[in-house]
Amino acid sequence: MSQNLYFTKEHEQVRTALRDFVNKRINPFVDEWEEKGAAPLHALFKEMGELGFLGIRYDEQYGGEGLDYWYETVMLEEIARAHCGGVPMAIAVQTNMATPAIAEFGSEYLKEKYLRAAIRGEMVGAIAVTEPDAGSDVAALRTFARKEGDVYVLNGSKTYITNGTQADFLTLLARTSEAPGYHSFSLFVVPTDLPGFKISKKLDKLGMRSSDTAELYFDDLRIPVENLIGQEGEGFIYQMRQFQHERFSALPICYIGAEEMIRETVAYIKGRIVFGKPLITKQVLRHRLVDWLSGIECLRQLTYHIVRLKMAGQDATREISMGKLVGGRLLNQVADGCLQMHGGMGFMNEMRVSRFFRDARLIAIGAGASEVMSDIIAKLEGF
Amino acid sequence: MEILVLLKQVPATESLIAIANDRVSIKPDGLKYVMNPYDELAVEEALRIRESQGGTVTILSVGPAKAAEAIRTGLAMGADKGILIDPGNLTCDGLATAKLLAAAIKPMTYDIIIAGHRAVDDDNFQVATALAELLGIPNISMVVKQTLADGKIRCLCTVEGGTKEVEATLPALIATQRGLNDPRYASLPGIMKAKKKPLETRSIADLGLDAAGLQPLVTIKALKMPVERKGGRVIEGDSVAVKVAALVKALHEEAKVI
Repeated sequence: MSQNLYFTKEHEQVRTALRDFVNKRINPFVDEWEEKGAAPLHALFKEMGELGFLGIRYDEQYGGEGLDYWYETVMLEEIARAHCGGVPMAIAVQTNMATPAIAEFGSEYLKEKYLRAAIRGEMVGAIAVTEPDAGSDVAALRTFARKEGDVYVLNGSKTYITNGTQADFLTLLARTSEAPGYHSFSLFVVPTDLPGFKISKKLDKLGMRSSDTAELYFDDLRIPVENLIGQEGEGFIYQMRQFQHERFSALPICYIGAEEMIRETVAYIKGRIVFGKPLITKQVLRHRLVDWLSGIECLRQLTYHIVRLKMAGQDATREISMGKLVGGRLLNQVADGCLQMHGGMGFMNEMRVSRFFRDARLIAIGAGASEVMSDIIAKLEGF
Repeated sequence: MEILVLLKQVPATESLIAIANDRVSIKPDGLKYVMNPYDELAVEEALRIRESQGGTVTILSVGPAKAAEAIRTGLAMGADKGILIDPGNLTCDGLATAKLLAAAIKPMTYDIIIAGHRAVDDDNFQVATALAELLGIPNISMVVKQTLADGKIRCLCTVEGGTKEVEATLPALIATQRGLNDPRYASLPGIMKAKKKPLETRSIADLGLDAAGLQPLVTIKALKMPVERKGGRVIEGDSVAVKVAALVKALHEEAKVI
């Protein structure tokens, strides 16, 4: 059990409420949603929105709770306890990936119309950055929004879009100029009920199966100019800022997920008798578990350090990138090792560890691959 | 409508319970405490009555300082205020708890009191009934549905194998049964608002009572864990006939059921 220095009684009450919700309203349905390849996000978000779980950090003026990053961390830690990676990811898209830029740079109109609805869980959001030919290399984006009077005409496609088959709006990054450099992109809120929006296909994935992922296609989709977030040409900069919220949300998912899996594994190998003794009595396994727990504690404390930096208004790009790099690696190491400790049983789909193993893989790829994190850190270090 | 809710904080049902060295209490270490599940139904029903009829919901609980957490949860769900009765060193049985509650409630105005029909920790089934008796008001237990009209409460209650419909004049006490409602979750704004809601603590002396008159009539002499279930036995044999014969023999001679 990690010792607590940062969370007050009120944080713990919020934690209890969230844990209760995850146990009663998410976990019992996870198997069904994994099987279906999607969770019913409109119903789930509506319920979460009514309980105030989707707008923790956002301004009360738009229906948020106006609370600090510690409360957000509590929320992320608790959704990470769900018995799958897909649903926590879908929730984090709504709270930490598709909405931060609207809240930070969006107009009054966008905040009233989209942020408020996202906080209430009345609209499902998605973040649309990745394209078939541009992923972590964001500057290679080709989707183009051409300004024509009071609309931007959008053409192109986006892929690997989480919540993509259910989203009511996309927070979408597109080129608005062919000029090289970082000031040729703009960030838009794109409603998915406009003509020219098409879901090309629902993608089939290795893991995160309770979360739907789509490839999207835009054919002369006319985005009203008021759906531009902030200034034209600044989208890339806004998205880099938004990415910090997205990547941060991966950290609690890593250390809580890994810790949960270790707990499951310990329970399993305590009961598993091999050569007449419970498997947990093997020193080599106990030490391996402890190595992981030590790594988990380091990641947790780095995360709390990041929260303190953010609370102090300091930029935490370096630390968040490091957390994501270390977290992705740690999660996969723990997933692989815990599955190994389960033996043949771990390979069976009925076991949570097998799902965890499949889900963990994405954390080192999504929201900027580990290699991209390394590049960011190297650049910040000046080499 | 003035609504009072009786609430107890109990160890979470999924907690691993261990008997303490004194053999008459449980080890408190590592236990997670929650609101008694039947009391969650009581809070929810109170809130629904308030939503339809107006009024206030006041939660009362007898317990140590820690029990305030459960009251706060009720306040986070939407109740208006809480009163914690801390009995100090006194060990309360069902009757003593009811006496404490009665002393606190007597000077209050109320139309309806809602309680869980039992607390899941010591399963006494006594407090609600004893309290109604001490207050001299009607008591309806095992309620799965209630309607209020013309100063009366009409309830549907579970009985063995069916239900019964009963009616009483207000003020009355009703005790909840599973199925009455689906309790709401404490929302985040609810939790934040609960911080500012009044929660007062009263001691035995504050209630004008004396510990001498509250000594338990029932004391726990020993606690024991349930006997561990033994594993089943597989009857071996070369053929079905042999196995059936062995089974019949075992049922007759060992289990003595045929």
